[in-house]
Amino acid sequence: MDYYEILGIQKNASGDDIKKAYRKLARKHHPDLNPNDKEANKKFQQINEANEVLSDPEKRKKYDRYGKDWEQAEQFENARQQGGHYRSYAGEQTGGGFEDQDFSSFFSSMFGDHGGGRGKQTKFRGQDYNAELKLSLQQAYTKHQQTLTVNGKNVRITIPAGVENGQIIKLKGYGGPGVNNGPAGDLYITFIIENEMNMKRAGNDLFITTDIDLYTAVLGGEVTIDTLSGKVKIKVAPGTQNGTQVRLKGKGFPVYKKEAQFGDLFVVFNVKLPVNLSDRQKELFTQLAALK
Amino acid sequence: MENNELIPVYHFCVTHEIEVSFIESLQQYGLVEIITVESKPYLKENQLQEVEKMMRLHYDLDINLEGIEAISHLLEKLRTMEARNRQLQNRLNLYETNREDY
Repeated sequence: MDYYEILGIQKNASGDDIKKAYRKLARKHHPDLNPNDKEANKKFQQINEANEVLSDPEKRKKYDRYGKDWEQAEQFENARQQGGHYRSYAGEQTGGGFEDQDFSSFFSSMFGDHGGGRGKQTKFRGQDYNAELKLSLQQAYTKHQQTLTVNGKNVRITIPAGVENGQIIKLKGYGGPGVNNGPAGDLYITFIIENEMNMKRAGNDLFITTDIDLYTAVLGGEVTIDTLSGKVKIKVAPGTQNGTQVRLKGKGFPVYKKEAQFGDLFVVFNVKLPVNLSDRQKELFTQLAALK
Repeated sequence: MENNELIPVYHFCVTHEIEVSFIESLQQYGLVEIITVESKPYLKENQLQEVEKMMRLHYDLDINLEGIEAISHLLEKLRTMEARNRQLQNRLNLYETNREDY
């Protein structure tokens, strides 16, 4: 990658130009200003890398001379001058902590060991990691624990009941390690709720459609439905119309992080009309029709 | 007094190598709440992440306090809108799936 191009400056840019260009781009792509934006995060790392090299006259000179292979070229040059043999340092680099492949090893090898405070060398937060966790509707209904493996590390988390599809939770400090003793990044977990049940969820309310036959709809009766908390028996009033909704208060989804609070369960009746009627049934329906 | 929930402002500033006046300014702008116990200022632990973020905006990006205030409001708005967007998408799924049933 071309550091000048990354910062959008000419090769003969002054120190002030570099600083200005860096500040401008950093304000645009800083992870604090672009939460959950992987692209901005990646761009920010590249900007930092370019700035760390170009804002230091010594490093800039070496970069200008050798380009992106500065480190290897300089080692080769030193070895040649000392009459020694060139040795690859590739296996000995102490990385700056970034596991992202877009963050070049050049940067991590140059700055990986450096410490220092805010005034000496800028500290940078580590990279934020993003992970997805798939849950069934039943799992999302109940508070439980799960172990995730993120970049080879096991992270045990407690998932509160009531998480929503697409909801993101942040685990502070579980992201990539910081640069120059900067703080570690965060881990963002996006929940994907897979609904394999005959149930729809809208916020904390649940909707379930249940079939009833014509006779139960007309005369009334009782149906048993499966809910997330077990079977529930409900009465069907005589004369129930197709699409009628019955609300079961507090039988819906748990409210996120609100102990013992639940949404409602709506049972929608789908009246099934009889098909393939026998002659006798047809006759009786005709008689009924005549009574209208 | 020190406990798990209160962080002395002085310790926070020493650790991050920043001036105490920065935290005081954040308080003046209403961006952070400082608790005083026995004449010593403390930050609440649950505020640390936000304070650290504001610190980075100020020291790393050279954004002044007015800018930080504006950014904080906009990020809060963004978070609310993202949550609303998610809720609406989930609600939309409900109707889209229902339509397929017929």
